[in-house]
Amino acid sequence: MKRELLWQFPLSVQLAVKKGNAMNAISERFHYLFRSTKGLILVAIAMISLVTAIWGTLSGPMVEWGVRDITLKLTGMKLDPAHREGRIIILYHVIAMAVIAIEVYMITSIVPMRRYQQSYINATVTFGYLITMIFGLWFAYWGRNFVFHGVFLFGLSLMFFSGLLLAAALWPWRKEYHIKDPAYAHTKSGVDLERVAFFVMTVATLGSAAFGAFTGSYWGQGHETFLAEDLIREPHKNALQLAIIGHLHIMLTLIAIAITLIVGRWLDFKGKFHKIAMWLMITGTIIITLGVWSVVPYEEIAHKIIYVGSVFVMLAALFLVIYGWRKQIHDRLAELNITRPTIGQRIKALLHDPIKFGPLWQMVYMNFTVSGVGIFMAIKLDEIFRVWPAREERISLTGHWHILSGIIATIILLYYADICGIRGKARKWFGWTVIIGSDIAFAAVTIFAMKRLFVDLIGQQTVVNWTMIFADLGLAIVLVALAALMVWRLFDLFKEGGLWKREWQSAELPVNRTAELKKQNVEEEVL
Amino acid sequence: MMNRRAIFIIPYLLLFIAGCQSQHVGVPEEIPYVDTGVNPDAWVRIPAGEFLMGQHNHLTTIPYDYEIMVTDVTNLQYARFLNEALAAGAIKVEDNAVKGYYSGEPFDGYAHEKKIEPGYKVYMPLDKPGVAITFANNRFSVKKGWENHPVVMVSWFGANAYCQFYGWRLPTEKEWEKAARGTDGRAYPWGNEIHRNQANYYSSRNLLKKIWGDGVFTTPVGYFNGKTYGNYQTRDGRSPYGLYDMAGNVWQWTGDDYHDTHLRYMRGGSFSNYEYNLRVWARNSAGPEYYDMNVGFRCVRDVTKQSQNNGDATNENQ
Repeated sequence: MKRELLWQFPLSVQLAVKKGNAMNAISERFHYLFRSTKGLILVAIAMISLVTAIWGTLSGPMVEWGVRDITLKLTGMKLDPAHREGRIIILYHVIAMAVIAIEVYMITSIVPMRRYQQSYINATVTFGYLITMIFGLWFAYWGRNFVFHGVFLFGLSLMFFSGLLLAAALWPWRKEYHIKDPAYAHTKSGVDLERVAFFVMTVATLGSAAFGAFTGSYWGQGHETFLAEDLIREPHKNALQLAIIGHLHIMLTLIAIAITLIVGRWLDFKGKFHKIAMWLMITGTIIITLGVWSVVPYEEIAHKIIYVGSVFVMLAALFLVIYGWRKQIHDRLAELNITRPTIGQRIKALLHDPIKFGPLWQMVYMNFTVSGVGIFMAIKLDEIFRVWPAREERISLTGHWHILSGIIATIILLYYADICGIRGKARKWFGWTVIIGSDIAFAAVTIFAMKRLFVDLIGQQTVVNWTMIFADLGLAIVLVALAALMVWRLFDLFKEGGLWKREWQSAELPVNRTAELKKQNVEEEVL
Repeated sequence: MMNRRAIFIIPYLLLFIAGCQSQHVGVPEEIPYVDTGVNPDAWVRIPAGEFLMGQHNHLTTIPYDYEIMVTDVTNLQYARFLNEALAAGAIKVEDNAVKGYYSGEPFDGYAHEKKIEPGYKVYMPLDKPGVAITFANNRFSVKKGWENHPVVMVSWFGANAYCQFYGWRLPTEKEWEKAARGTDGRAYPWGNEIHRNQANYYSSRNLLKKIWGDGVFTTPVGYFNGKTYGNYQTRDGRSPYGLYDMAGNVWQWTGDDYHDTHLRYMRGGSFSNYEYNLRVWARNSAGPEYYDMNVGFRCVRDVTKQSQNNGDATNENQ
């Protein structure tokens, strides 16, 4: 009904129509947020942002600034010192589940599968991570009601179940998913190797989740929680402790492998590098996973197996970086009609689009702040790190994987900015802000974690002060960019014909899929 | 364009420079002496019996009474020991360090096990920043105002030697924890909450820095006793048995030697740690040769039949 005619009707009719319109508007937005890939990703990023914003006030300098006290007063959280480790474990799981959900949404959109499979998987994973998040945090921070703990575990189980559905949907040996395009890696019979890589990663994740879940269940019985980093100097770790250490390492690794594969599809990874990289990725994923699982029975050689697998995976990522950067340079130069570019023009072309340059750069940067540091620590463990007090060694370890998690988060964020279709100056500003802000923070955290290499306790305060300033500044820059993105998307939801509507109409991620299924209606698909 | 580049490059350069700096602030030669009213020569008796140990409150029994120092060993006490030990020929000063003989520990060849061979070990360096004890004219003395601060920069060998010299020993982890938390399973010596004016730890540094200035990281033993110093009102941080500084100020060496690592464990957290390290079950570890300006110790002594007959040892003077 046209708005200008509405006043001619009785008030009750006017209210009913307005209420109807409002309900309709809410319903449309609800459908967008929970039934489209882009909306689902937005909700998950918003939930992570919310959790980060609130829970980030509970530690670090926020304590000295008195912010934590305000948060505790406002929210009524209860922080029993004896339950700190348990709270942290739940918080990690909560954030990890939302990240996994984002990756699942991306995979179900960019890898060919039946529409109904995508719907079932997305619905299950959404319900799973939201339940995990709400009830996990409720249990951990508001009174430890074990009913909520049970619901939290139910959420985790749903996540696992959605993984099973995903593995089934990704099954690569179905003929309809076979490909013939010589640009993409496939076997002689046409099995899509990229799909195999996604499948292997999913199965490895399921196995590794179970690896942690069994041990978690065992410990959960006695509620004797611990953080893996507190076990570093235990000379004789029992099988279950080893399993927990293995679990957290492999889960983060697999999340990193998943995002690498996703970025590959986003950038339409193909050609000779794709053909080599997919074999490497499949083999590497299998070797790393088996290596980590073998930590329990064969601790002595497990690390060697993991190193071998890591070389495969990192080489695959290197090929993606080479391919991606060459393509970005080539595409930009073609746009500018430059046929014989100078080195400067090539570099300029590479840096032209930070949103696409960034994820690959972050993968390279990871080698300095995560892999390089990790290898150095492993080589010099007894000579350097075991000479330090345990608390300093612990800081190095926690810094190491916080950075890896942060890098994965920034890659997701940059991809999401591309999904949103940010263009022009906003695209450049957002991209460079995230890259530079996060890299400053990661560099500062790396120096902070390694400070004992070049300074002793009495001299470290200067280093601590400066690195903390840069780490906080870098993170603040990224968080401001993230907040700006979220606020923009929030306001957009109030617009009648906002971006959300266009995203609802074209709900899937715009990528070149390795294969396209014939269109079928839902009834046919289900039958 | 240049300005834009500068915006990106300058933070990296600053970070690099900050990272390369290795400033030694050093310990001020003289600071004001602050009397806390707590006697560092006092001991307290911990009765035999059960207590809840560790984060998960395992019921644990110590079947004997023992006595433990009410405060950490102070610089004055340690300097007195060094002078007595030097006179007795138990230590020597060599390469700007105090050294003493240690008989070594058996090596079993475990992965990452430390080899502790017999020989002269550094008890305390004399030329490193952070040391408040000086050596001149064959005599050890304490820098002015530092007398009742906990001794730091002392290795496990140095801590162990101090206790053994007087016929005492370092507490086991069990003994330390029972003395810190009593029998009711609390997280901190005084209860389950921590306030910034209750202990010397990372979150209280900003306030303490205003009072003590740069370069003074430790507080005198027993500082957090509910007393007001100028405008600074402290909260009472005593343990149920009346011990001070069992959370924060400096980590404390304990005596256990775990044969498969030979690492030594420290308890209590320090001025450089966040509050979770101050929980009574939190552990830190390092080799016995390690020393730092946030590591000190206190001793325990066994209760002999004679001292038991003498009654309660609380606040008994040395």
